[in-house]
Amino acid sequence: MIQTSDRFREHVARALTDDDLKVALTRTTGLLQSRRRQVVDEYAEYNEARSRAAAIKDHTLRYLGHYLEMFEANATTNGAVVHWARTPAEARRIVAKICTDAGAKTATRVKSMLGEEIGIAEALEDAGVERIETDLAEHIIQLAEDPPSHIVMPAMHKTHEQVATLFDDKHTVVPDSHDIPDLVGSARRELRQKFLNADVGISGANFLIAETGAIVTVTNEGNSELTCTPPKVHIVTAGIEKVIPGMDHASVFLRLLSRAAIGAEITQYTTFYNGPKRAGDADGPQDYHIVLVDNHRTDMLGSDLQPMLRCIRCGACMNHCPVYAAVGGHAYGAVYPGPMGSVLTPALSSLKAAKDLPNACTLNGRCREVCPVNIPLPDMLRSLRARQWDAKLASPVTKAALATWGFMARRPKLYHLVTGLGVHGLRVWAFGRNRIRRMPFAGGWVKHRDLPRPERGSFMQQYNASEHATRNRK
Amino acid sequence: MNESEIQKPRVGLFVTCLVDAMRPNIGFASLKLLEDAGCDVEVPQAQTCCGQPAFNSGDDATTRAIAMQIIENFEQYDYVVVPSGSCASMIRTHYKDVFVDQPDWIERQSALSAKTWEILSFLSDVMHHQPEGIKFDGVATYHDSCSGLRDLGVHDQPRNMLAGVEGLRLVPLKDNDACCGFGGTFCVKYPDISNAIVADKTQSIKDTQADILLAGDLGCLMNMAGKLSREGSKVKAFHTIEVLAGMAGDGGICGDET
Repeated sequence: MIQTSDRFREHVARALTDDDLKVALTRTTGLLQSRRRQVVDEYAEYNEARSRAAAIKDHTLRYLGHYLEMFEANATTNGAVVHWARTPAEARRIVAKICTDAGAKTATRVKSMLGEEIGIAEALEDAGVERIETDLAEHIIQLAEDPPSHIVMPAMHKTHEQVATLFDDKHTVVPDSHDIPDLVGSARRELRQKFLNADVGISGANFLIAETGAIVTVTNEGNSELTCTPPKVHIVTAGIEKVIPGMDHASVFLRLLSRAAIGAEITQYTTFYNGPKRAGDADGPQDYHIVLVDNHRTDMLGSDLQPMLRCIRCGACMNHCPVYAAVGGHAYGAVYPGPMGSVLTPALSSLKAAKDLPNACTLNGRCREVCPVNIPLPDMLRSLRARQWDAKLASPVTKAALATWGFMARRPKLYHLVTGLGVHGLRVWAFGRNRIRRMPFAGGWVKHRDLPRPERGSFMQQYNASEHATRNRK
Repeated sequence: MNESEIQKPRVGLFVTCLVDAMRPNIGFASLKLLEDAGCDVEVPQAQTCCGQPAFNSGDDATTRAIAMQIIENFEQYDYVVVPSGSCASMIRTHYKDVFVDQPDWIERQSALSAKTWEILSFLSDVMHHQPEGIKFDGVATYHDSCSGLRDLGVHDQPRNMLAGVEGLRLVPLKDNDACCGFGGTFCVKYPDISNAIVADKTQSIKDTQADILLAGDLGCLMNMAGKLSREGSKVKAFHTIEVLAGMAGDGGICGDET
């Protein structure tokens, strides 16, 4: 997808007037929050698992080269062809070439955010391959020609009522009814034969297991198994930060991932893919490729953004973000929305291209609280603001306002004088009313809220006239 | 041993810039409760703001200058007490982020950070003080402001202290731990997003049927009360400390002056 984070404010304006979006977001985030709360409360070892997961990731990132090489060696022994891509363009070329070499006409695809990040859709288009999205939500947005709006539930912006209309319009056979099970049935009917006919299956990976060379996918719909097994060719695209040392470590993450993502103890399907079809296997691909993508991840290593590489893409941060719940994922104009996206997007593109994202956050800290690998998202968003400030990207209005305020805040006597005058001014401006509804230079506040008329005199003025102050002055 | 022989803790009260300008009553309520709890309270004159507007805008140099001023003027006290979770957390947990290469300042900063407290947790956890004989008739709901809750663990203290107020009944607020949309400069930089968030919050408040809204941060309170007022709601908003000091007699934040 084309990044449009620089038009964040425009996207927000549109999102805030979209009533269907509001319904869709409220329904889903509310449910995800309460389910997560419940399964986390029931998981007695949650805090230990969370610390352990963060420690495993930190360790792996520290020795990333070592574990990636171990993964490559073991995957190769298993029969995989491992490719390395520094940039999305390199990754696209590799994927396109594999498809062309296989003479592929169609490719089924399991949802993968890394695939979105590198532009798999374009790669397939360039190779003349028809792309079939098999995740139910991805199928919906492919029909609607929308980009994903959430990293786990890419069609979160759509209500089931909207999906019903879409399926009526686009499915070969219209759904039996608009009930949700019938809509799911209709998608299944639409996709089943395509699964079996596809030339190539493309997946991402939730984890790469260094000690076995396996890749892991975690899904609920079984579409991963149907995508990765019947076609002749299986292509895996994964970010290099997905590697973890061993199987024991995978079990720590699997327990956290499904709880954080969808509020379930486990998903329907957790599959470890170990290589192409072997002699005697009933099924499986003949050719098996793993494309490992950097795309600025190594730049983040050793920087204050390194903890972001712990991310397991569960989406809990966005499910609990008040800004995400208000504007939805499309407003961010990037592959990764919400709090984790507001950290990743500037890191993957530039500070300037994603200028609004780290700022459009109240720093309330709920994202960090629910993060299964304890990523200090608010601290990182704050630190991105400092990087923007140092790069002189702050708006002239912000700079001027802060400079004036900062000058006074460092001169307490002047500050108290000006505050006293300001309080008096506000009281005059209130024209005898208890509340202020219009005020120059405070449009951002009074547009939606009233401002109280302040008390008669600032605290400092009142205090200094009090007996307490006289007593303390001795 | 008579009372004057007991060494009272010396407390520097940092009222915060918002309380100074918009609701001095919170400052006076803080002063009263701290003295009732047995503290020797002083109000240093050289106090302005904790530096959050600069910090949250990424301007570390200005933040550092303001932090140094706070350190110089407050380090002489046994405790620094702040009637705001957000400003207390700024001093307690975030000042360290702006001092990186100055060992002498880091030492002074960490000493100050360690003795800085949000007022309700200070009264409860340090002074073990429970206000007595306070009457306040009404049904109230309580919003947990984010910094106090997540950075400082302020959750049970206000509830426990409010439970001792005669005539007051607390009813739970749905999503009490969700942000109200204030976010400091956020609410004026992104007013429409902030409005969408606070509108959900005021709906939850109105759904409780409570006639009083309580919280521990004036910024959040002004945001929620300002929105309630704009919506024509009669819910009165107070800082918890105003109720606990028996000083919640007026129409509340953004309410009618009496």
